Amino acid sequence: MKPFVLDHADSPDAALAALDAGATAIAGGTNLVDLMKLELATPEKLVSIRRTGLDEISADGDGLMIGALVSNADCAAHRRVREGWPLLAKAILAGASPQLRNRATTGGNLCQRTRCGYFYDSTQACNKREPGSGCAAREGFNRIHAVLGTSDQCIATYPGDMAVAMLALDAVVMTEGPYGPRRIPLAMFHRMPGDEPSRDNVLEAGELITAVRLPAPTGGVQVYRKVRDRASYAFALVSVAVDLAMEEGRIARCALAFGSLGTVPWRDRAVENVLIGEKPTPALFAQAAEVLLKDAQGFGENDFKIPLAARALAATLHEATQTGKA
Amino acid sequence: MALPLADLYNTPDERNLLDTMKQGVIGKPLDRPEGPLKVSGTATYSAEWKRSDCAEGFLVLADIAQGTVKAIHADKVLAMPGVVAVLSDEAMIRRSTQGTAGEAPAQDVHTVDYFGQPVALVVAETFEQAREAAQALEIEYDAAAEPVPLDPQSPDAKIEEPSDSKPVKGGDLDKAMREADYAIDVEYDTPGHASAAMEPHATIAEWDGDRLTLRGSYQMLAFNVKEMADCLSISPKHVRILAPYVGGGFGSKLGITHEAVAAAIASKQLDRPVRVVMTRQQVFQTVMRRSETRQRVRLAADAAGKLVGLGHEARVSNLPDEDFAEPVTQATEFLYGGENRLLKVEVARISRMTAGSVRAPGEAVGMQVLEAAMDELAQKIGMDPIELRKRNLPVKVPVEGTPYSSRKLVEALEQGAESFGWDKCKTEPCQTRNGDWWIGMGVASAARVNVMIPAKARVTLKADGTALVETDQTDIGTGSYAILGQIAGEMLGLPMDKVDVVLGDSELPPGAGSGGSFGAISTGSAVMRACEAIRDKLAKAMGCKAEELELQDGSARHGDARQSLGELTGGKDIVEVGSIKPGKTFKDYSQASYGAFFAEVGVHAFTGEVRVRRMTGAFGFGRVLNAKTARSQCLGGMVWGIGSALTEELAFDVRDGHLVNHDLAEYHVPVHADVPALEVILLEERDAAASPLQAKGVGELGICGAAGAVANAVYNACGVRVRSFPLTLDKIIPHLPDPFASPA
Ligand SMILES: Cc1cc2nc3c(=O)[nH]c(=O)nc-3n(C[C@H](O)[C@H](O)[C@H](O)COP(=O)(O)OP(=O)(O)OC[C@H]3O[C@@H](n4cnc5c(N)ncnc54)[C@H](O)[C@@H]3O)c2cc1C
Ligand code: SF4
Repeated sequence: MKPFVLDHADSPDAALAALDAGATAIAGGTNLVDLMKLELATPEKLVSIRRTGLDEISADGDGLMIGALVSNADCAAHRRVREGWPLLAKAILAGASPQLRNRATTGGNLCQRTRCGYFYDSTQACNKREPGSGCAAREGFNRIHAVLGTSDQCIATYPGDMAVAMLALDAVVMTEGPYGPRRIPLAMFHRMPGDEPSRDNVLEAGELITAVRLPAPTGGVQVYRKVRDRASYAFALVSVAVDLAMEEGRIARCALAFGSLGTVPWRDRAVENVLIGEKPTPALFAQAAEVLLKDAQGFGENDFKIPLAARALAATLHEATQTGKA
Repeated sequence: MALPLADLYNTPDERNLLDTMKQGVIGKPLDRPEGPLKVSGTATYSAEWKRSDCAEGFLVLADIAQGTVKAIHADKVLAMPGVVAVLSDEAMIRRSTQGTAGEAPAQDVHTVDYFGQPVALVVAETFEQAREAAQALEIEYDAAAEPVPLDPQSPDAKIEEPSDSKPVKGGDLDKAMREADYAIDVEYDTPGHASAAMEPHATIAEWDGDRLTLRGSYQMLAFNVKEMADCLSISPKHVRILAPYVGGGFGSKLGITHEAVAAAIASKQLDRPVRVVMTRQQVFQTVMRRSETRQRVRLAADAAGKLVGLGHEARVSNLPDEDFAEPVTQATEFLYGGENRLLKVEVARISRMTAGSVRAPGEAVGMQVLEAAMDELAQKIGMDPIELRKRNLPVKVPVEGTPYSSRKLVEALEQGAESFGWDKCKTEPCQTRNGDWWIGMGVASAARVNVMIPAKARVTLKADGTALVETDQTDIGTGSYAILGQIAGEMLGLPMDKVDVVLGDSELPPGAGSGGSFGAISTGSAVMRACEAIRDKLAKAMGCKAEELELQDGSARHGDARQSLGELTGGKDIVEVGSIKPGKTFKDYSQASYGAFFAEVGVHAFTGEVRVRRMTGAFGFGRVLNAKTARSQCLGGMVWGIGSALTEELAFDVRDGHLVNHDLAEYHVPVHADVPALEVILLEERDAAASPLQAKGVGELGICGAAGAVANAVYNACGVRVRSFPLTLDKIIPHLPDPFASPA
């Protein structure tokens, strides 16, 4: 690990000033410190943003404002979150371990980097870590990699759970930065690799996430299904977040997001459109999966994700529509 | 009376002394005496010793698989803050040392044998300075002229017979297969495994003149001293190892590892203590792996389900010139009948870190495959799998003809079945659906050879009436402190608070060390014999024969005479060293621990995820020395079985030979949520041939077949037979029945 200087910001403004002066923000540190140990991140200056006061959850009209420094554990346990947006609580609780969730924050979770093994191993070629060096995963051990949204340069997933639920819930990322405040819909926050895989998201240098805003509760049935290799403490192979409402035996409204399937948290309105207005049947679920996966491309070890996504989608829709009927 | 105190254990000690003693501590589920230290963080593990002026070393690993080091550009790194040395010494070791080697492994790190091999050590004032410098160190390599393949399945891999085992052949297996009423001929794969001990390998080395002291994490100190001495070309008398607490080893700490030798060399050169701690990633990349295996099992049975033929052939791998070959067929040799036999292991020479002993070498992966194949046969015959097993237990070991010392396999199968509720198992798969989950049950036998290693222990009955047990035996979290104290307490009639146990110092008499499930029976027997010698002296002082002497709660009785132990010592410590070596009983009898596993699993009808819902294990391993620590070993073994069945797999990139999943986030050991309620049944048994304690080994038994029970349950649940471990969902979903269809 390279030597670094650590300062603590006691307000968002102080944090912004530090970022402006070239510091890197550290929140829970559960991802950044690992990256620093491996020298994949080598900041000379760190500014801890834990004391900026951005750790509140508060009502914002009908919606909810979740401060960037709210811990994952606190967010998932919060009464209003559990009542109004249970999908979010479920997704968070499906992630990592209790120790990590105590430490991890809302903002940090959104910015967590991929778990691609080649990215974390500096003996390997990786365009995300070292632009232009190549992508060792493409023809390597790519069991956990993406089948949607990949590029010639990179096939890594955004691995997290929380953002998948937020995507289905139409969350908005609130930021402050050198060019003033921004409201970035979650759907626009993460970047597909394209030919610039080193940039995971649209944050600009010096920009700070201050909160994530959730719109009014939908009152829908909300299910988060995380498919993984072991029962806990494993990243998703595929995850599905759904928020839907049934009316007279038909799907009246439906928001669907997928994790660890694409290079970014994945949402495809065409899939939702297949479902809306229809009676839930296995055939309909299969049709939705077909639309979802029509451009999916496997790279060998991860080919199974394509049928798995279809199955996970069917299971999730089956569960949500059965619950919705009751 | 002539006591059988000869070192060699040549005749079964039928006296069964422990059962004649009065203290009543042997076998009791007593807590480990060092437990409170461990859970309160006050037990000092290897890297935690405070040594003044200690420098920190960080290993540099090769990022090529094979070649030679051409140049190490140390200058730039030596100028970095805090850096005091860059070493790449001829004495540093290339490979992990095999268990019980007692000599140096391949040395000189200028040759690279596998990706991730340590090639240098950077030493600095702080750990992070050393790590930063290590990452900055530039090394140039020449590629190997004649590289060996990176993939055990490569057609170019050289295939050899193991140097230390011969195939077992009997009759004509091919003919038996052709003529059998039922025949199974299947090929299974098991992947490489990591021992994944909680405590990473770490050593603090320090010299006093020409004397070296190592504080580290090792399993077999007497061997480790010799290995270290050989590495450094010094006298073993000049090496002392202290390892009072070891945070798990599972085979990976049987022999001296890279960090220890590097630390010793650096400390000598710098004339100050040097600590080298491996990172988790380095542990994964450099220490012993369990070889992957490809196993062909052939079973030929007659109409009544009796085996007439049995074939078990395995290909394993290791680096060139390594003697160790995963002894996959070890338990197959004696477990089931079938006079027409072919059991054989072959080794593919490849470039991957050293393959060696990982908990239950041989049986861990051999039994899980054999037991899955047995399930296939039972299914084919349409016979209850327990019945099939019971019908095939030979009276004597096939081919060899040796009798069994003891074997509680039938009892384990029956009592386990009873407790588990095996009668509710459906004979056909896909019969039970609970919501989204297919539910199924599976059974497997457990078997693991019993091993004894020469061991010594010193027991002192002090003038104050307390006892001290001393040996270099290690406690790797298994309960050595507890059971050795219990044996002494039982033999000398002392409550546990009057018995002190000191372990893990190579200057003490050499115990067996921890590994191969032999620690308890070997070192325990040595403790028992030392106590016997003390009893003889006490009897003499009491004026009676040893067998007439009753010792309990610190006092001695013979008839009406009664004296306290303190008085009997006559004010002088009685010191005795007990000793044992494996002798004829190990040739005269087939010795093994046995058991049975029962698993209930759920297979997700949509996603193919497998979760174990409950598991029962019933085990017979001779005398239970401590019901709590023995149970814990069985539990731990079953957890390993779950990992082996469902999640654990070393993933190598065969393009450059590097290990992709070299941390605990991606190498998936079972976590709490993967481990349901596990039931352990301990069967009462006495085995005089195995040891004077009448005990056999238990440390590894709980793994040996466990994964087979899980795999068989998966088949029973959803009708999918996966012949490639681990049973990850990608291998299951292509074969699952339609999730929306109602159960058959
Ligand atoms: C072993 C392991 C298992 C895990 N399993 C899962 C899992 O199953 N599911 C899952 O979703 N996650 C999982 N995680 C990831 C975990 O959720 C993230 O590490 C965590 O959410 C990161 O949050 P943090 O606050 O610690 O971020 P940090 O490590 O502090 O920061 C991460 C990045 O975000 C930036 N950052 C932080 N806050 C802000 C802000 N307010 N504005 C701008 N930039 C910011 C930092 O500069 C840094 O680049 C796992 C992690 C580990 C180590
Ligand atoms: S997939 Fe992306 S992160 Fe992984 S090696 Fe390729 S470029 Fe790097």
